[in-house]
Amino acid sequence: MGAQLREKAAIVGIGETEYSRESGRTELALACEAIRKAADDAGISVGEIDGLVRYDMDPVDEVALTSSAGLRNLRWMSHTGYGGTGGNAVIVHAAAAIAAGLATTVVCYRSLNERSGARYGQGSTWMSEKVGGFEQMQMPWGLLTPAQAFGMFARRHMIEYGWTSEQFGAVAVALRTHGSMNPRAMMRKPITVADHQASRMIADPLHLLDCCIESDGGCAVIVTTAERARSLRKPPAWIMGAAQGSGTRARGIIFRDDLATTEAHFTAKDVYASAGVGPADIDAVMIYDHFTPFIPMALEAYGFCGRGEGGPFVEDGRIHFDGELPVNTHGGNHSEAYIHGLPHIIEATRQLRGESSAQVPGCEVVLSCSAVAQLSAAVILRKD
Amino acid sequence: MPLPRPDHDTQPFWDAAQEGRYVVPRCAACGVGHWPPGPMCPHCFGDEIAWGDAPTRGSVYSWVVATHPVAEVLVDQVPYAIALIDLEPGVRVVGNVVGCDPSAIQAGLAVEVFFEEREEGVRVPNFRIPSGNLEA
Repeated sequence: MGAQLREKAAIVGIGETEYSRESGRTELALACEAIRKAADDAGISVGEIDGLVRYDMDPVDEVALTSSAGLRNLRWMSHTGYGGTGGNAVIVHAAAAIAAGLATTVVCYRSLNERSGARYGQGSTWMSEKVGGFEQMQMPWGLLTPAQAFGMFARRHMIEYGWTSEQFGAVAVALRTHGSMNPRAMMRKPITVADHQASRMIADPLHLLDCCIESDGGCAVIVTTAERARSLRKPPAWIMGAAQGSGTRARGIIFRDDLATTEAHFTAKDVYASAGVGPADIDAVMIYDHFTPFIPMALEAYGFCGRGEGGPFVEDGRIHFDGELPVNTHGGNHSEAYIHGLPHIIEATRQLRGESSAQVPGCEVVLSCSAVAQLSAAVILRKD
Repeated sequence: MPLPRPDHDTQPFWDAAQEGRYVVPRCAACGVGHWPPGPMCPHCFGDEIAWGDAPTRGSVYSWVVATHPVAEVLVDQVPYAIALIDLEPGVRVVGNVVGCDPSAIQAGLAVEVFFEEREEGVRVPNFRIPSGNLEA
């Protein structure tokens, strides 16, 4: 499945704004800056962009960008849903559009004032209103935030597989180690597992240092055809394979048959088939890290260890940049910034260009994925 | 806590709760329940839903303890336990485990349904450790 996408497109431009607690600008301004920087990075003009993929949660729509960013030549556009799976899903859509000949140069972006604006980690907005949809079956009992919902998965892995909070701490330490090396990162002070254990409880079993940060900022990525990719400013990051999908019966985050099986288990098969490689071929992994336990969960789903073995796997520095399987060498959502997973694709591209602040020697193939537990998406990229 | 805004799929649940009954949607064709309430059976895709009384007891599948108040009005309410509770095959619901130290909760803990009165006279089912009467 999906082999027809293999190396039909490549990532050729990446752009980021400053990451901060308060941008002092509109999200439209953040999106425009990120898109302009991505075009500059690729060595193209914004007017050459003819396709666009946005997160359905993004406050900036394509019409605003035709006016403000100069995207006047769009001939194809789409949206992808479900929060943190979006960072990979936008690339899947871009690759598919290019392979189908619907566009030649596609921009994917995410802009948000999530720290200075409406914070996902706060429940205040829900308290004064009546709630409908599936949320009426969880919020009246005080299940209001992502930490509370995703904490249910962490607990279930502790029950079924004996995972420990200290193992989640090992993930937090790895992410901060990488953040401490990254000049763009909002959180750069190294931490220990003891610091993680001492951090206050948010939604037991999740401590504060199990939770990602909240950020303001914008990111953009430009994807183009194989033919065009070879003649641009930077070496292309080739899209070997891409996949998106469901796979289990789920509604919202927590309503599902099995909290130990996420959609990632299904997308993993498809993305490896699409790329024609397997886990042994991967040199580094970028994983959407909204909460620390979702890194070992993704590592299991994508075949780097057996079911239930993710907890022990992340210990002993194995996922550090100089370890056996480097994960999130930019510091991820926990240390660099929370821009809903698109910085993970940017870091994958940097690794393949040899430009990471925590460069993995000989890094040739990178998997970007998530175990976010709604719809899932994944991408495998290869060095030029 | 937020109050519900019932819709066509959930109205029978909230109407029954108002009368002190916990009802769940089951497929009229295959008989299997599902949660949250939806317009169609997710197991066999039958489109006729038959609502019926749920067992009054369930067991804890997973849980978190909300320790950080995510809204100002919750400052006096934390810590509170939020659990996923298995009532019957296909039906795993959300509730609190009330009247028990959250640190005593374990997977498989037996809980029973009771009803709370919230603002605007809305009755909301919730869960607690069963009292001694096993017939309850």
